[in-house]
Amino acid sequence: MLQLITFSTLNGVLYGMLLFMMASGLTLIFSMMGVLNFAHASFYMLGAYFGFEISRRIGFWPGFVLAPLLVGVIGALVERYGLRHLHRRGQVSELLFTFGLAFVIEELVQMIWGKLPVDYRVPPQLDFVAFRLFDTTYPAYRVFMLLIAIAMFAALLTVLTRTRVGLIIQAALTHPDMVAMLGHDVPKIFMLVFGAGAALAGLAGVIAGPALVTQPDMASLLGPILFVVIVVGGLGSLTGAFFASLLIGLVQTFAVAMNFSFAEVLGPVAPPFLGDLWKVTIAELAPVVPYLLLVLVLIFRPTGLMGRRES
Amino acid sequence: MRAPILEVLGLEAYYGKSHILHGVTFHVGEAEIVGLLGRNGVGRSTTIKAIMGDVPPRGSIRFRGEEIAGLKPHQTALKGLGYVPETRDIFPGLTVRQNLQLGEKAGKSSGRWAMDDMFRMFPQLEERADMRAGVLSGGEQQMLTICRTLMGDPDLVMIDEPTEGLSPMMVEHVGRLLEEIARRGVAILLIEQKLTIALKIAHRLYVMGHGKIVYEGTAADLATAADIRKEWLEV
Repeated sequence: MLQLITFSTLNGVLYGMLLFMMASGLTLIFSMMGVLNFAHASFYMLGAYFGFEISRRIGFWPGFVLAPLLVGVIGALVERYGLRHLHRRGQVSELLFTFGLAFVIEELVQMIWGKLPVDYRVPPQLDFVAFRLFDTTYPAYRVFMLLIAIAMFAALLTVLTRTRVGLIIQAALTHPDMVAMLGHDVPKIFMLVFGAGAALAGLAGVIAGPALVTQPDMASLLGPILFVVIVVGGLGSLTGAFFASLLIGLVQTFAVAMNFSFAEVLGPVAPPFLGDLWKVTIAELAPVVPYLLLVLVLIFRPTGLMGRRES
Repeated sequence: MRAPILEVLGLEAYYGKSHILHGVTFHVGEAEIVGLLGRNGVGRSTTIKAIMGDVPPRGSIRFRGEEIAGLKPHQTALKGLGYVPETRDIFPGLTVRQNLQLGEKAGKSSGRWAMDDMFRMFPQLEERADMRAGVLSGGEQQMLTICRTLMGDPDLVMIDEPTEGLSPMMVEHVGRLLEEIARRGVAILLIEQKLTIALKIAHRLYVMGHGKIVYEGTAADLATAADIRKEWLEV
């Protein structure tokens, strides 16, 4: 039991931090520009595929550095030559644009790398057992992922609160017009934030690709969870996104680990109605849990855990 | 006559489909305090926003002899125009000091004003320098907004209703600050509805009505022009 809790917590935090690497960009972009970027998870997928492609040509570490940068540049270009022109036409156009972009990216990925998962592997330097606890081993690569995610979190926090650009971003979250009237180039800041958000998602893809599976539907599988995270956290709230990421990460990991059903827990007291539904294990319910949380939060706390804005 | 720093000629502007400005023409001289008066809805704020580029302008706007109509707001600001909105728009989550830092422009070395000048003029701001700006009183927020714009070292500041909702003591304070700003060589375009301080500190006044300038004169002129005040200003 203790073993289950320890490892589920570790994996849950890791999964949560990965979610936050994507949710942070998504929620910053949303609160600055009012755009719910449907293609955000596609940047994560691009990160994984670029990482794979570079790693098989020149190695994992060049891919680790170059792939996120490349994704960031693509993100900045998408903002500069796509979204910026659509901004005048309102949010629906922007939403549809990112929606279409997600499909375009998925199709392109399939055309280039095929429909089957690609063989993106953990680099040999990190392919060993980090520690052994209660007779279970924990791979070093997962520790590496966790460290990178924590380092990114620290870097993001430092940039946002300690640098001038960070201050401008924070101010532009609430008063973009006033920031512009003080002489700051707000459209350029938007482009930077969009690019940086894409790069962060790309980095998440690079480090998650070898640990999970790098395949063309990884974006469409992850996208909905990201939306759950930022809605549960409160649209536009970075702190909210952080806690919601950890919450979803832990809830999902623990749910998957609980391989028993309500019928077993309740035993003979299980009510007779609903029949076999009691025999479904919690692990089987795990994929539904985040969406259940989404629905509940929307009903009982529509602004999310830490959101202020009605949207 | 002072050399003009801002010349506005035949300025027109629309908000959506409604035609707000119907050819506004006026000028502001170097280090001059000019009042732009008029009732609510006559287009005073729209005039400023059109000059800043926040509302698309038609007509000519010349700043230091250079045409600036059509520039984006941040470009206008970098030319040396400052704007203090009626809504104040402080950044509530940032500290007072951070708000002031954001007033500074990138790549511009320190100009007429340093943060210490602001703190000297408003000791309250120094006391609260590391507090979130959102907790300041209305008067302190107004000070902060003006100081934040000054940190960008503008040559002309356009201030929209700076005394709205302030205590008489604060109003006095704002009036003295504006005169101090002008003494340092910064021109001021002051927008007011209730003539709280404009008559006292402005060198020249314009009165707006229906999207046009309907009167120009000094405070003394306006004091004797009862018909103008009755038709365009008094409620």
